[in-house]
Amino acid sequence: MSKPILLFAQPGSSKVNKTGSWRTMMPVFKHKDCTDCRICVTVCPDACVSGKDKIYNANLDYCKGCGVCAYECPVNDIDMVLEVK
Amino acid sequence: MKKLIEGSMAVAESVKRCRPNVVAAYPITPQTHIVENLAQMVADGELKAEFVNTESEFGAASVVLGASAAGARAYSTTTSQGLLLMAEVLYNIAGMRLPVVITCANRAISAPINIWNDHSDAMVIRDSGIIMLFAEDAQELFDMHPQAFKIAENPDIMLPFMVNMDGFILTHAFESVELSDQKLFDEFLPKFNPALKLDPANPITMGTLAEPKWYMETRYKLHETQQEALPLIQKTAEEFKAKFGRWYGGLIDTYRLDDAEIGFVAMGSLIGTLKEVVDDLRAKGEKVGVLKIRSYRPFPKKEILDVCKGLKQLVVFDKSFSYGWGSILQNEMRNCFYGSKHNPMISGFVVGLGGRDIPPSSIIKAYQQTKGKEILDEFVDVNWELVGVRR
Amino acid sequence: MADTIRPKKEKAAVEESLFTSGHRACAGCGEALGAKLVMDAAGPDTIVATSTGCLEVFSTPYPESAWRMPWIHSLFENSSAVASGVEVALKALGRKGNTKIIAQGGDGGTADIGIGCLSGMLERGHEILYVCYDNEAYMNTGVQRSGLTPFDAHTTTSPSGKISFGNQRPKKTLLDIAAAHNIPYAATASVAYPADLQRKVKKALATPGPTFIHLHVPCPLGWGYKAELTLEIARIAIDTGLFPLVEIEWGKVTRVRKITKDKKPVEEYLKPQSRFRHLFASEDGKKELAKIQAIADANIAKYGLV
Ligand SMILES: Cc1ncc(C[n+]2csc(CCOP(=O)(O)OP(=O)(O)O)c2C)c(N)n1
Ligand SMILES: [Mg+2]
Repeated sequence: MSKPILLFAQPGSSKVNKTGSWRTMMPVFKHKDCTDCRICVTVCPDACVSGKDKIYNANLDYCKGCGVCAYECPVNDIDMVLEVK
Repeated sequence: MKKLIEGSMAVAESVKRCRPNVVAAYPITPQTHIVENLAQMVADGELKAEFVNTESEFGAASVVLGASAAGARAYSTTTSQGLLLMAEVLYNIAGMRLPVVITCANRAISAPINIWNDHSDAMVIRDSGIIMLFAEDAQELFDMHPQAFKIAENPDIMLPFMVNMDGFILTHAFESVELSDQKLFDEFLPKFNPALKLDPANPITMGTLAEPKWYMETRYKLHETQQEALPLIQKTAEEFKAKFGRWYGGLIDTYRLDDAEIGFVAMGSLIGTLKEVVDDLRAKGEKVGVLKIRSYRPFPKKEILDVCKGLKQLVVFDKSFSYGWGSILQNEMRNCFYGSKHNPMISGFVVGLGGRDIPPSSIIKAYQQTKGKEILDEFVDVNWELVGVRR
Repeated sequence: MADTIRPKKEKAAVEESLFTSGHRACAGCGEALGAKLVMDAAGPDTIVATSTGCLEVFSTPYPESAWRMPWIHSLFENSSAVASGVEVALKALGRKGNTKIIAQGGDGGTADIGIGCLSGMLERGHEILYVCYDNEAYMNTGVQRSGLTPFDAHTTTSPSGKISFGNQRPKKTLLDIAAAHNIPYAATASVAYPADLQRKVKKALATPGPTFIHLHVPCPLGWGYKAELTLEIARIAIDTGLFPLVEIEWGKVTRVRKITKDKKPVEEYLKPQSRFRHLFASEDGKKELAKIQAIADANIAKYGLV
């Protein structure tokens, strides 16, 4: 007897899906005026911004380039630039 | 201990002994006495289960789905309109491979609204992947529920199971039932402990989206598992017999069929009537017998072919109909024999829709009409004047 | 109020979110952001039941799942009933402990097709938090109108046209409907204020009995605005009075977010969104703007927002 296919998925297995390929605009974290407020981390719909001590970056494997982090950054420390692939 | 009790109480007494963790249901005639009895058992502390009164049958089916996914033994019961309201969830439960057991107090479907018995409701979900057995009397119902849980929860099966009982005829009739001890149930039915369940210690995702690349395999597996359930249903009935000493057939059962030339085929309580008719006809020298389809899904094709080897003719008495095509059980029986070496004549009569009485005399009349002559999709005891047909 | 957006510093820095990367939501999706914030506030000892809709489809195409807690999807209209089953199962099996249970769905799955099951869940008193992710239409099937689509919004089944300004009914009063079950806690929240949202999630989960959060989650694709504006649009919805932030305990309003200083005319909310574009294309549109302003003013008066 063979095991039934149950279509259960493993937790967090979506990480195999590198959504970074969808991106046209890319966030550039300037690391100049950062105040460590962590808003960029909080507001990322793709949970791909991380860092500490005023050094934050987007994981470009997953960043879709929505620009929310740049728009919300209170000190304009993130630029959205056209990505050259 | 033998007790004269209502069929619904026999079901409740049996379900209680199966120790479900969660019971969720919504009332609908003629299922009400089952839920009422279970509610009372919970209220009296006899059954330690969470009893959930839902806002609909759709909700009840969804509650038992969630409970089963979380690792609980879950039970519900319904009929007719309620079963149709559950249909979307029951397909889902089967697809998600959750071993919920439900009892269906088979009843006709509206419109016109009718609360009495036939098998139209069950037919609506026969293609869902759910296992469906039909019981003949209150004792068989009492005995079928532990078998249902045991089969459904088998790690190689993991499918929902629907126990079918004829509304009113079985739900409301009083019969003498042997109410076997809890101890026997506990020995027969192991605890439910699924390998995968909703549990923060092992946070799996259940109910994913299956793109075309994956979907068909899951559907194939449903059919494969249904086929694998065939021997298990038989084996479980045998195990039950060994422990409890009672037997109602495994996948099928027969009555005086061995040397018969003509076999009557049916499901559910009608089997009792057919046995009486067979005794009468036998007394008059007619070589007739009964084939009881106990397991309707999976359909025991091989077993049916085996026991019908000596028959010249089968006469199917069906309580359901596929409008625009024909009598459902009759056509499934005919399909069963197609291409096989032995090909008996198969006739089909539609009986008892919406609770129309099925007296033995009507069965005998149908038999006399069809003996040696194929008759198909024939509605029995219809007032032809009323429908404007001159016969 | 930038401070409400700021989470506690020590948290989150190294931890991976419980709703993780690799999901297939559109860029800037408010619903994905909402889910991330709700899950991280709830923590790993939580079981989640989700309705069919964008959130389910973009997060769990087999064999992938973005969820890092036990998660189940069954149908479009039954997440609250499935969660009810999970809750009673854990209780019956003696496994409830501190495990939290969340049921969730979109505006359609909650306010329309799922309202029966939701009402049952609230009425029966299960210990479950229900979160409605309101993106104001059936997004998963292509932006059709729901009972929570706002007045005059263009959707594919409430299109604006030569003789129509789009959806002709106001939003269903979902918060009131939930609160009318006399539950201990019902609140609106918005992705515009993540810390406020997360506080409400924690409060709801710490409250015994059924709780409810109506969460506003802008949808760049369905509403027609630039993806980077997701929080901005959500903020203006609040500042205009069109989506008031309110908390109700046992039927009584206990807290609102005042907009005295931030109050804005509804045009500021409507203009950046193409679903309201038709309101600015004709003279008659002005009358419609006045009607929408009246809806906002009624909300402001109802909850004393200024
Ligand atoms: C019974 C049923 N009816 C319709 C659908 C089709 N359907 C799937 S998702 C969906 C819309 C979901 O809208 P909403 O709940 O607002 O969630 P969203 O996708 O917007 O996040 C519809 C109509 C379905 N899956 N099941
Ligand atoms: Mg929606």
